[in-house]
Amino acid sequence: MDKGMSLLEIKNLHASVNGNEILKGIDLTINPGEVHSIMGPNGSGKSTLAGVLARREAYVVTQGQIMFNGKDLLEMPAEEVACEGLFLAFQYPVEIPGISNAYFLRTALNAIRKYRGEEELDAMDFLPLLREKMRLLEMDEKFLNRAVNEGFSGGEKKRNEIVQMAVLEPRLGVLDETDSGLDIDALRIVANGVNSMRNKGRSFLVVTHYQRLLNYIVPDFVHVLVNGRIVKSGGPELALELEEKGYSWTEPELARR
Amino acid sequence: MSTTEQIQDLTKQEYKWGFITSVEEDRLPPGLNEDVIRAIAQKKGEPEFMLEWRLKAYRYWASLEQKHQEPKWANVQFPPIDYQALSYYSAPKQKKELKSLEEVDPEILATYDKLGIPLHEQKLLAGVAVDAVFDSVSVATTFKAKLAEAGVIFCSFSEAVKNHPDLVKKYLGSVVPYTDNFYAALNSAVFSDGSFVYVPKGVRCPMELSTYFRINAQNTGQFERTLIIADEGAYVSYLEGCTAPVRDENQLHAAVVELIAHDNATIKYSTVQNWYPGDKEGKGGIYNFVTKRGKCLGKNSKISWTQVETGSAITWKYPSCILQGENSVGEFYSVALTNNFQQADTGTKMIHIGKNTKSTIVSKGISAGHGQNTYRGQVKILKGAQGARNYTQCDSLLIGDKCGAHTFPYIEVRNASARMEHEASTSKIGEDQIFYLQQRGISKEEAVSMIINGFCKTVFRELPMEFAVEAQKLLSISLEGSVG
Repeated sequence: MDKGMSLLEIKNLHASVNGNEILKGIDLTINPGEVHSIMGPNGSGKSTLAGVLARREAYVVTQGQIMFNGKDLLEMPAEEVACEGLFLAFQYPVEIPGISNAYFLRTALNAIRKYRGEEELDAMDFLPLLREKMRLLEMDEKFLNRAVNEGFSGGEKKRNEIVQMAVLEPRLGVLDETDSGLDIDALRIVANGVNSMRNKGRSFLVVTHYQRLLNYIVPDFVHVLVNGRIVKSGGPELALELEEKGYSWTEPELARR
Repeated sequence: MSTTEQIQDLTKQEYKWGFITSVEEDRLPPGLNEDVIRAIAQKKGEPEFMLEWRLKAYRYWASLEQKHQEPKWANVQFPPIDYQALSYYSAPKQKKELKSLEEVDPEILATYDKLGIPLHEQKLLAGVAVDAVFDSVSVATTFKAKLAEAGVIFCSFSEAVKNHPDLVKKYLGSVVPYTDNFYAALNSAVFSDGSFVYVPKGVRCPMELSTYFRINAQNTGQFERTLIIADEGAYVSYLEGCTAPVRDENQLHAAVVELIAHDNATIKYSTVQNWYPGDKEGKGGIYNFVTKRGKCLGKNSKISWTQVETGSAITWKYPSCILQGENSVGEFYSVALTNNFQQADTGTKMIHIGKNTKSTIVSKGISAGHGQNTYRGQVKILKGAQGARNYTQCDSLLIGDKCGAHTFPYIEVRNASARMEHEASTSKIGEDQIFYLQQRGISKEEAVSMIINGFCKTVFRELPMEFAVEAQKLLSISLEGSVG
């Protein structure tokens, strides 16, 4: 990637789910190393934006453009987007019975490595790497051989998402309401995991309803999404202001457009 | 190449075992009557007792056929079979008796080579002894010498009739009598070959035994018979695989398998069934109407059936266990997949007769396309089966919205001390599961095969290693095109 080129560039994005327009013209640019947060009330389109970026089929883009890593993201199937380095930490991680966490994650990592023209890792090389990341997220080793997310508690599932992100080392991590359902200890553990991955080349898009996560993962930019549009953008202080005044505070902004 | 890579490559293929081998055939004209039975017995040079048994079976079958008493209770549909239009004996022509592999028709060896069946002993890596049945006749059995050293008899059924008539006489029909059912009667009358295994007292068979069945000729049925006896304290693991060429008409395969386990003996029987399933419109394919049953005759004996059924237009089979000996154990692990217009009605019977007998049933049905998949299982606890236990788990997975899954469990308990557990589930393969895996970089095809392999895991881990890999590949190929 050329120096100075943005990692993600969203222009005038409109998207529908089941024929209903949810996103109504989003513009957003994320440069390498930046952490952006999208905040907004329920139903504002936050998770739809995350789903569109990950190329979820049910989300239909009707207008606009998304460039990721210098490529047209809307031309790529979901697995290619993942291989290009976009990771989505799911709001509701899915269970895959009968497939162990370790096998699943090695298959995923090798698919991505293969895409990049890198050598695939065998189990001997892979397991130490996975163990290290699990320690970081304070997850017990027994989760190595447990089926993917099966019988995991809500908090364990969210931690497992961050373990996966740590192993797959994406260019852009999209966290979709990762804080929902987490107690304060789990929140701290997850935030530590994310913060340890922050560097000059890696960016994050943190989608959240509440400001509380942003005390731990401090963003460079905060955007307020209301009714499918970004109505306000600012620094981390915007999140605090929102917490204090509530989302209704932004409504006039919306009305004026 | 990793397993997943292999699976990926293979998902792009159609039924790849569908070629036809051109060999000269020695075959009987179509039709079935007592003269045909006599001709088969004569061609095989069988002793008198075999001919008599065949004729009794034929007469019984003919009486059923006359009254149209084919089994009609299965949840499958097909037009009536014209039994007089089939040829009941087809064998690759050979001038003299074969003394070694070098004398086998190179065309046939090439066929098995294509199928990846290691007939040449020097090529054997895994140490699996193979008996290969081409149409109706066993063409070669490998590793005979090494097995003989251990005292294990592993040969074609014809050889067993010639060389071990006492064993055949004693056990043939002792588990599946010719009166058992319509197709078993037909098989008993016309079967032309199959495999025979005898493991003597206290012997642990030094290698996996395997039979590979291949239907080649047109308008023939394949009727093979397998008989396995594990004497006191013996152990044997036996594998069978099956393929057939692509043909437009349906072909009948009606086999019988009998297993006998004496005191403290264990028989493990694994099947990967991949007969030609018919095309995408449901044209052609094998009718797989098979009777498989094992008898745990002795105390502490164990019989374990594992099957992966991906082929055939129609599958009708219920590998069963008669748990006669005290503390004997029966197991049934099954994966049955139906895609396109395939139909399967399969399951098991566990008949508890002895005290403290235990049985486990794990059935995984996968339906895709217009496939119809039925689990039918019977657990019967007889009066004397004090302390009997059964665990049944029966799961169905649906892919798409035009297929069907059906479950018919029959439970009959006549002893109050019995303990029964039954679990069942039906689920649909989820778009959200596929998307989750794709979001981690895994392709859609691989995602589907991963989800399905996870679903089948409890069955696959019962298969010998190489067979488990083979089974995973087969599932992927069989599902090709079922996920849009």
